[in-house]
Amino acid sequence: MSFRLETGGRLIDRAAPLDFAFDGQDCTGFAGDTLAAALLANDRVMVARSFKYHRPRGAVAAGAEEPNALVGLGQGARFEPNQRATTTELFQGLVAESQNRFPSLAFDIGALNARLARVLPAGFYYKTFLWPRAFWKHVYEPVIRQSAGLGRAPTDPDADRYEHFHAHVDLLVVGGGVAGLQAALVAGRAGAQVLLIEQTAHWGGRAPVDGVQIDGKPADAWIKSALQELKDMDNVSLRTRTQGAGVYDHGYALAHERLTDHAPDTPGPRHRLWKIRARQIVTATGAIERPLAFPGNDVPGVMLAGAVRDYVVNWAVAPGARTVIVTNNDDAYRTALALLDAGLAVPAILDARAVADGPLVQAARARGVRVLTDRAVVKVKGKTRVTGVGIGNAGGIGLPVESIACDAVAMSGGWSPVVHLWSHCGGKLVWDEARAMFRPDAARAPGGQDGQPFVLAAGAANGALAAGACQADAGRAGAAAAAALGLAANAKAAVARAEDEAPMQPIWIMPGRAGPDLRMKMFLDYQNDVKVSDVQLAAREGYESVEHTKRYTTLGMATDQGKLSNINGLAVLADSLGTTIPQVGTTTFRPPYTPLTMGAIAGEARGEIFQPLRRTPMQDWHEDHNAAFEPVGQWRRPYCYPQPGELREAAVYREVSNTRRNVGLLDASTLGKLLVQGPDAGKFLDLVYTNMMSTLKPGRCRYGLMCSENGFLMDDGVVARLSEDAFVCHTTSGGADHVHQHLEEWLQTEWWDLKVHVVNLTEQFAQVAVVGPKARVLLERLGGMDLSKEALSFMWWSEGTLAGIPARVFRISFSGELSFEVAVPAGQGRAFWDACLAAGADLGVMPYGTEALHIMRAEKGFVMIGDETDGTVIPQDLGLDWAVSKKKDDFIGKRAQQRPHMVDPERWKLVGLETLDGSVLPDGAYALDKGQTANGQRNTQGRVTSTYFSPTLGRGIAMGLVRHGPDRMGEVIEFARLDGPPQPARIVSPVFYDPEGEKQNV
Amino acid sequence: MLILTCPYCGVAADETELAPGGQAHLTRQGPGADSAAFEAYLFHRKNPKGVHFERWRHAHGCGKWFHAARDTVTLQVFGTYPAQSLTPPDTILKAIAATYPGFEWEGEA
Amino acid sequence: MSDPHTPMIAQIAQAPAQGMITLRGALSARKIAAAARAVAGVAMPGPLECRFDGARGIGWMSPDEALILLPRQDVAEALASLQKALVGVHATVVDVSDARAVFRVTGPHAREVLAKLSPADLSPAAFGPGAMRRTRLAQVPVAIWAEGDGAFSLICFRSVAVYVGALLAEAAQPGGAVGYFPSGA
Repeated sequence: MSFRLETGGRLIDRAAPLDFAFDGQDCTGFAGDTLAAALLANDRVMVARSFKYHRPRGAVAAGAEEPNALVGLGQGARFEPNQRATTTELFQGLVAESQNRFPSLAFDIGALNARLARVLPAGFYYKTFLWPRAFWKHVYEPVIRQSAGLGRAPTDPDADRYEHFHAHVDLLVVGGGVAGLQAALVAGRAGAQVLLIEQTAHWGGRAPVDGVQIDGKPADAWIKSALQELKDMDNVSLRTRTQGAGVYDHGYALAHERLTDHAPDTPGPRHRLWKIRARQIVTATGAIERPLAFPGNDVPGVMLAGAVRDYVVNWAVAPGARTVIVTNNDDAYRTALALLDAGLAVPAILDARAVADGPLVQAARARGVRVLTDRAVVKVKGKTRVTGVGIGNAGGIGLPVESIACDAVAMSGGWSPVVHLWSHCGGKLVWDEARAMFRPDAARAPGGQDGQPFVLAAGAANGALAAGACQADAGRAGAAAAAALGLAANAKAAVARAEDEAPMQPIWIMPGRAGPDLRMKMFLDYQNDVKVSDVQLAAREGYESVEHTKRYTTLGMATDQGKLSNINGLAVLADSLGTTIPQVGTTTFRPPYTPLTMGAIAGEARGEIFQPLRRTPMQDWHEDHNAAFEPVGQWRRPYCYPQPGELREAAVYREVSNTRRNVGLLDASTLGKLLVQGPDAGKFLDLVYTNMMSTLKPGRCRYGLMCSENGFLMDDGVVARLSEDAFVCHTTSGGADHVHQHLEEWLQTEWWDLKVHVVNLTEQFAQVAVVGPKARVLLERLGGMDLSKEALSFMWWSEGTLAGIPARVFRISFSGELSFEVAVPAGQGRAFWDACLAAGADLGVMPYGTEALHIMRAEKGFVMIGDETDGTVIPQDLGLDWAVSKKKDDFIGKRAQQRPHMVDPERWKLVGLETLDGSVLPDGAYALDKGQTANGQRNTQGRVTSTYFSPTLGRGIAMGLVRHGPDRMGEVIEFARLDGPPQPARIVSPVFYDPEGEKQNV
Repeated sequence: MLILTCPYCGVAADETELAPGGQAHLTRQGPGADSAAFEAYLFHRKNPKGVHFERWRHAHGCGKWFHAARDTVTLQVFGTYPAQSLTPPDTILKAIAATYPGFEWEGEA
Repeated sequence: MSDPHTPMIAQIAQAPAQGMITLRGALSARKIAAAARAVAGVAMPGPLECRFDGARGIGWMSPDEALILLPRQDVAEALASLQKALVGVHATVVDVSDARAVFRVTGPHAREVLAKLSPADLSPAAFGPGAMRRTRLAQVPVAIWAEGDGAFSLICFRSVAVYVGALLAEAAQPGGAVGYFPSGA
C-alpha cells in the first residue's frame, strides 16, 4: 500500500490539511501536495486507464513528464480533461475524476482491448479498416470515433479569464533548479536584464532531494540565499508556476504562467501566456529519468526511481512499504537510501550491471540492502497494483530465478537531458555514447537574427548530470549569455558536491534476450500504449525512418513528445534495424513542452472582444431599430430592418419598394474614402484606375475601376475631384484598407518620384445615401444647400451645410434612383441621420439595408465587386470596356489584359438572366453545355453571379457570366440545380429596370 | 516569429507588426513588354534556400515598405534598407559575403 | 466580472473630443517644420517621439507624417494657417479629428495593461516619457505615447473605439497586475 509517512516532507504543510475528492471519494491531503502525491497518500495507486488497451495505470513520474496520471479536473464551467496529477497543486475542495474508463476505474469494459492486445499491434487500424471500402463511413469510422480521444471535452464555456503579456528581455533563463539559479546569478551580476522562470511552485529543482551540498551547505540553504540575491537585483525578474513552453525564431519564446490553478477563487486571470523576446535564452531544464523496458513495467506501483525519491522526500509519501529497485546506474541507489532514511523496506536492488561498487552502492550495501548484480525484472506480479516481481538474469530470456514480494518498484534506466526547448528552434544534438544520451551540441545551436547562437543549454539539460559539473556548467552558460549581450561576467559558480557515480550501462530491454511474449509487455510509451514489440514490428515492416515509425506506432506522440519514450524507443528501433541510435536520430521535438490551455492561447480574444467589430457613427441607431446585421469585412452592416412581426424577406422587399417609391436612407459610412492629393495626383490615378481620371474636372465625379497588376478587377468606386491637386476616391466597404495599402505600395515601391499623398479618411466621415424620388425634397428641407438639378447635376458634387452640419454632397446613384450621398464629419453623422429621418417622416423615409442595396443595383445591372468578380474577372468580361481607357499608355493591369487568355473571345461575359417561370435561379449555378470533360463531368458555359427576387419587377432576376453571352440575347440555356432537373433561363440585358436612366437624371 | 528593423523608424518590429510582400527588386514590365518578360515579372519568383531579398511593410507601424536580405534557412537577417533602392547597400552585400564567401547579387529580376 | 473589493489595476478613460490634424510631407523641410511649430507650439519631433506643450503637441507617425494635436475648437483656424503657410509646398494637411478616438490609461499598472495587448517593447527603458510608437493593440493598429506623469495616451480608429475600450478594460481587470514593471513606471 502507499501511504503518508509520519514525518518529513519538505514541501508540505501538515498544519494545513485539505479536503478533495477523487472519483467521488473524499480524500485528504496537505497544502503543498500535488494531486498525485495526495492520491498516493490516500492509497490511490491506480488512477487511470491507458488510452489504447485501457490498462490500469498509476503515476510513473512526479513532474511534467508524467504520461499516465491524467485526470479530469474541476466541474462544470471549470472542468478540464487530461490534467497531470503530478503537476496539479492540491487545493481545498479539488474535485477530480479518472478518465478513459466505463463505467468505473476498477471495472472498465474497454479493458477488453487489453485482452486483444495480441491482435491490436502497431498499424492495426491502417491494415484492418481498409476493406470493404463502404464500411469506412458507416461502420469503422463511427466506432473508431467513439473510442478516439482521451478525456472528455468540457461542455460549458470556460468560466475563467486568460491573458497575454509581452516581455522583452536580455536573457530568459528557463528552469529554476540550481543550474537556472546559477546562470541567472552570473548574468544578473553582470547587469543583464534577466527573466528566470520555473514551472513548479518551488525553486531549486531536484538538488535538495538528491542530497546535493552547495558551497558546503545543504542545497536548500544555497537556494535560499541565491534567491535572495536575485530578488535584490532590480534587473532580475522571477516567476514560479511559469513553464517555458516553446522557443522560436529570433529569440521568441512562449511561457505559460498558471496563476490561480492552485487557488481557484483568487481574482484575476487564471493563466497568462508570456510572449517573450529574449536576446539570449538559457535552457536549464534539467533531465528526465528513463524507464526500463521490462515486462509489466506499466503496472501501477512501478515508478521512476527519482520519482519515488521525490514522493518520499518532498511530500513524505511512501509509494509502497516494500520497494524493489531496478537500475542500470548508481543514481537509483539514492532512492534506496532515501527509502531507508524514511524507515521503509528495500527488499532488493536489482542492478543490470555485472559490477556495482560505486560509493552509493557501497552505502546501500553498508546499510544491509541486498544488491543483486546482473539481474533484471522478468515479471511484475499484480494487475491493478504491484504485488511482487520475478527476477532473472539481465541478459537472459526471462526465466525467473526468484520471486520477491513488494508493493512498489523503482526503476531507473539513466537520465536524459531535457533538450526540448533547445531543439524547438533547430538546435542540434550529439549522442553521448558513454552516458547513452542525446545532449545539446553547442557547435550547432539555434541561430538568431544576427546569425549568432541565441540558445545556451546549462547544467543537466546540457548533459552535466553530476552536481559539481552541473553547477559549473550553469555558471559558464550564464557568463556566455552575458558575453553575447556584450557584458563582462564572472563565470565562477558555487561549488556543488554529491556522491560520485560509477558509469551507467545502457539497457534497452530487460531481460536482454526476452522472447516475443515478454516484449509485448514491455511498454516504451505509456501514454500511447506502444510496446517494444510494436516498434520491432514497425522495423520489420520496413519503417526505417524514425519519423515514420513514430507515426505508425504513435510512439512519442501527444503530450509525451518523447519525454519518457524517446531514447528507449529509438534504441529498440536502432537495434531492430541493426544500426546505431545516432544513425536513427530523434523525432522532432515540437512545442509546447506540455500542453497549453486553449484559453491561454486565446488570451483576451473571446466574447465581445473575440475580434474587432467596426462600428459606424450610426451603429447604435441600427441596433436600437432591430437591424439584422451581416458581416462586411469587420463591419456589421444592417442587412435590413425588420419591423415587428415582419420576416426578413418582407422587410427587404418593403425597403426596396419604399426607396423606389418614396425615399430611403442607407448608412454608407463604411465606404472607403481616400484622399489622394499632390501635384501628381491626377497622373497617379491614371495609373491606378483603368479609366482616365486626370481629365476629370473639379466638382465632378467619375466611376472608376481598379485592377491588380494581373489585370483582374480588384475594386471599384466613384472618384470625385476636389481641386486641381486633390481627389476623393471611394472604395468598396470591404476594400478600403486594402486599396489604401495598394496605393501606398505603388507610391512607395514603384513611382516614388510622384508627388502624391494618400490619406485614408474613411473614418473621418459618416456617409448617408439619400435615395429615391423624394430624396431632393427631403434634403432641401434640411436647408443650407441648393440641390436642384441645375445646381447639382448627376455625377457632380457640392460642398455646403445641411441642417447646420458641414456636408459634401455627391450626386451619384447605385440604385438607379435620384440619389445623393452626403458625407458629414463622423462625429455629426448620427445627428445628420436623425435629421434626415425627422425631415422625411411624412415623405415615407425609411432606412434600407445592404440586401435592398444589392437588389436595386442588380435591377439596374450594376456589378458588385465580390459577386460579379472573383479574382479571375477582368473589366472587359463585365462589359465595362467603356471604363478601360484605350488612350493611356499605361495603367496597372493594362499589359496583363493583353495576354492571350484575356483577349480570348471564348471568355464568359456578363449578361442578364431570367427564368421562364419567374422563379429565382440558384446562386452560383453553372450553365450546362453539351458533352463532358475529360473527367466525365458535364461541360459548362457560364455561371450565375448575382440572383435575386426583384420586388420591383415581381420576378426573379439574375446576372451571370456566359460564353459569348452578349451575342446570344434571347437564347435559353440551362442551369444545374442541386435538387431537381436543370432550370432553363433566357439570356437578356443585365439592365432590368429603367434602362434609359430616366429615374436618376431628374 | 521574425524581428526586422524598419529602416525608416528604427523599430525592431515583431513579425506580427509586419506584412510580407514577396521578392524584392522586381523590375516592372508594363505595356510593350514581350510575353516572356511579362510572364517572368508576373509569375516567376525565386524561392532560394539561402539568401533572399524580400519586401516587407511596417504595417502596424510607420506604414513604410522596406527590403530585407534574409537567409531562408538560418533566418539570419543581413540587413534592411528602404524600398526605394535599386540595389542592396554594399554593407549588406558584405554581411552576406561574410557568411557566404563569394556571394554576388544577381541584379534586378 | 469585477470584484467590488479588488480595484482595477489601471484606469481607462476615453478622452473628450480631441483636435487632430494629419500633416503629410517632408517633416524636416524648413517650411513644413515651421508651419507645424506655428500651430502646435512645439518643434517637430524626431522619429518615435512626441512633443507637447500643454494642450498642443506633435506626434511623429512616419518619416512623412506627423499628427498635430490641439484643442478641437482650434482645428479650423490651424488648418487654414497651415494651408496658407504651405502654399507651393508638397504637403497635405487634413482634419482627422473625427476619424480617431483617444484613450488615456493611468494608474500604477498602466504600462502592464498596454504590454498585455501590444508586442512592442514598452519597458520603461525603451518607452519613457516622450516616446511614441505605432503598433498593434491585440488586433487593431494604434499609436501610443508615454506622458511625463506615468500615464499613457492611445489613439485608434473611431470605428474600433468600443473594441479598444473593452480590450483595455479587460486587461485592467482586478487581480491582473503582472508585477513585472516597477509599479508606476
